[in-house]
Amino acid sequence: MKGTVLGIEGTAWNLSAAIVNENDVIAEVSDMYRPPTGGIHPREAAQHHAKYASYVVRGVLEEAKKNGVDASQIDAISFSQGPGLGACLRTVATAARMLAISLDVPLVGVNHCLAHVEVGRWKTPATDPVTLYVSGANSQVLAYRMGRYRVFGETLDIGLGNAFDKFARSAGLGHPGGPQIEQFARNAANYIPLPYVVKGMDLSFSGLSTAATEALKKHSMEDVCYSFQETAFAMVVEVTERALAHTGKNEVLLAGGVGANMRLREMLEIMCTERGASFYVPEKRFMGDNGAMIAYLGLLMYDSGNVIDVENSHVNPNFRPDEVDVTWLSEDLEEGRQRCI
Amino acid sequence: MYLTSGAEATVKLEDGIIIKERVPKSYRVRELDERIRKERTKAEARLLSEARRAGVPTPVIYDIENSTIKMQYLDGTAMKYVIDEKLSEQIGILIADLHGAGIVHGDLTTSNLILFNDRVYMIDFGLSFFDSSTEARGVDVHVLFQTFESTHKDHEKLIEAFCRGYRQDFEQADEVLERVKDIEKRGRYA
Repeated sequence: MKGTVLGIEGTAWNLSAAIVNENDVIAEVSDMYRPPTGGIHPREAAQHHAKYASYVVRGVLEEAKKNGVDASQIDAISFSQGPGLGACLRTVATAARMLAISLDVPLVGVNHCLAHVEVGRWKTPATDPVTLYVSGANSQVLAYRMGRYRVFGETLDIGLGNAFDKFARSAGLGHPGGPQIEQFARNAANYIPLPYVVKGMDLSFSGLSTAATEALKKHSMEDVCYSFQETAFAMVVEVTERALAHTGKNEVLLAGGVGANMRLREMLEIMCTERGASFYVPEKRFMGDNGAMIAYLGLLMYDSGNVIDVENSHVNPNFRPDEVDVTWLSEDLEEGRQRCI
Repeated sequence: MYLTSGAEATVKLEDGIIIKERVPKSYRVRELDERIRKERTKAEARLLSEARRAGVPTPVIYDIENSTIKMQYLDGTAMKYVIDEKLSEQIGILIADLHGAGIVHGDLTTSNLILFNDRVYMIDFGLSFFDSSTEARGVDVHVLFQTFESTHKDHEKLIEAFCRGYRQDFEQADEVLERVKDIEKRGRYA
């Protein structure tokens, strides 16, 4: 695989540009939108991205130059085409188009969810994993099968991170909620029953978040945080295990910001050990949203001829990972693998 | 003798009786683990009986205890070895009955349909749930069609025959079969 790609991520709060080649990340510069209170305001996040787009792009080009890579060596520009907040996506897409035109290189539209999977395959020994992708907005279990990454299970309402945030807001904890919930959970004494909603392979978190908020009237913050975590994580681990059994794969990859939670990692580790599967977690900088993952999937797609014209580079806030024809994986990945019936 | 061991339960044959046990998962807290296994076992038993009441042959339940179900062993042949157009049409009728009763099987494969004493039995209600939505029914049928496609050469004829049976006496059949096409395009639940 050859080439150098500059990728821009900006689906939500983090605006991040990176330049990668097949060996490593050459440069990465990010700037986060930090709301003064509460969660993301879509319009303000987009305004933040517009304000800092030239800063991160100029920054990443300068950093790359220091590392011996000149702007003229860039072969393609990639960007998060979706899923994400429409206004943010449009802002980042505009920046990417301008760059592609001014450098006269092809444009690559990247699916944000798949970028999480691919950066994990790049930065861990995982080759053909079942991926649990849990972030603020997304909660999916993905695995490659016959030319596409299939969604084996996903949330029917809100993402797991969002469920934590909603609870945290009504509980008077700050944003994001996850880290504080994890902290409180460490000092819990009791498990309080909360709704456990797995429908087949799909998940639902909104009722759980509401029930946790209600439980605060009768129970301590510590116990509620603990029970919320235990219930929500058991749900995602169960669906991940089902996907393993169903696909016959033997690797699990964790992706997304919620993956920073140590209890979630521990539960996945236990499940994998008991099934004889391997469990992989990339280092933290590749877990949450980052420019490197967009640049890297951009490189894979550029290398396999998967580029788009500016005219066809519309963003798609509801871009599903299973819409993407995977041009960058060879068929031998699933050789000898068959659906177990 | 262990027959299968899935993500959730083990199934063994002992003295001519099937014993299905939901195994503990040590990654989740004990209280939650016990609750889930107990609830699901109860739900599964209930769905099995409800299905039979709706005219779908299912194994007879002998006993339920915590997370274990003891039930009738059907010494028959899995549909995947014997299916033909006639049987596929019969399966269509059965699943229409099931869906008509507000039940979605959740794991329809040709291994979970057994030919026993010249009747088609439906087994493994471990992923079943009550749902009357077109989407859930569509996914149910889609999963079955996929096992047709992956294991049977003349799958198109089997699908046709299935649809004939499914449409026979089920008002929402067309709506569901239309949704199956949508689901196929989405490429989900593959």
